[in-house]
Amino acid sequence: MSQAERIAVDQAALLAQAPVFAALGDETRLALVVRLYDGKPQSISQLAAGSALTRQGVTKHLRVLESVGLVHSVRSGRENLFALDPKPIEGLKEYLDVVSSQWDRTLDRLKAFVEE
Amino acid sequence: MDSNTIEKRIELKVPVSRVWRAITDYREFGEWFRVRLEGPFVEGQTARGMITWPGYEHYKWEAVVQQIEPEKLFSFTWHPYAIDQSKDYSDETPTLVEFRLEPTTTGTLLILTESGFEHVPSGRRAEAFRMNDNGWSQQIKNIETHVAG
Repeated sequence: MSQAERIAVDQAALLAQAPVFAALGDETRLALVVRLYDGKPQSISQLAAGSALTRQGVTKHLRVLESVGLVHSVRSGRENLFALDPKPIEGLKEYLDVVSSQWDRTLDRLKAFVEE
Repeated sequence: MDSNTIEKRIELKVPVSRVWRAITDYREFGEWFRVRLEGPFVEGQTARGMITWPGYEHYKWEAVVQQIEPEKLFSFTWHPYAIDQSKDYSDETPTLVEFRLEPTTTGTLLILTESGFEHVPSGRRAEAFRMNDNGWSQQIKNIETHVAG
């Protein structure tokens, strides 16, 4: 693969993350993700309990998270449970990696500046 | 450390006083941070300037100075990569950047942290990618050059 092709592939991969960022850009949905973070699937009632949201509200937000692949539903008896699929979250790490590498370069410039 | 904080440690072979000047004198700061500031850093006040990175010269730069503890701590809050000039970022929760200095036997240990990324709105994260030095705009240019060549 040529460099340009590789760049194009990288860029496509990043752009593909945009819906994940958008889904997580909402505090309510972020809170739902946090509550599911221990990996234990929970029902809509469980997620609504202890939050300011109604069951309908929880359902609406879960659908958004589901549409970007952050959560998926699992059937448990008669109940529908929701579980976190952490894979798309790794894209957020890429964001912090970008900011992090930016600081590396900024601090390298500081080092060169004071040590010259 | 929580996953929404960036921490960097860098050893500098010059005394703390030299590093302190480089990070808190607005002209020296501007040299390596690549921003031309209008005036000195003052606690509680907004520092303003223009970015001097090639390709981003027409972008404004803003940060609110939080703490200036001589030769120990310099901190400011800002909206990282707030590059959309038509947008008002003032309602968004900024991130906090802290420079801490510690003397060592060979010079200075600089500990940089940036925290609060959990509050950065989703759309803005994409802007960070665009703003990145080796970022997308440059890479798109590379592709254009490659294709045109």
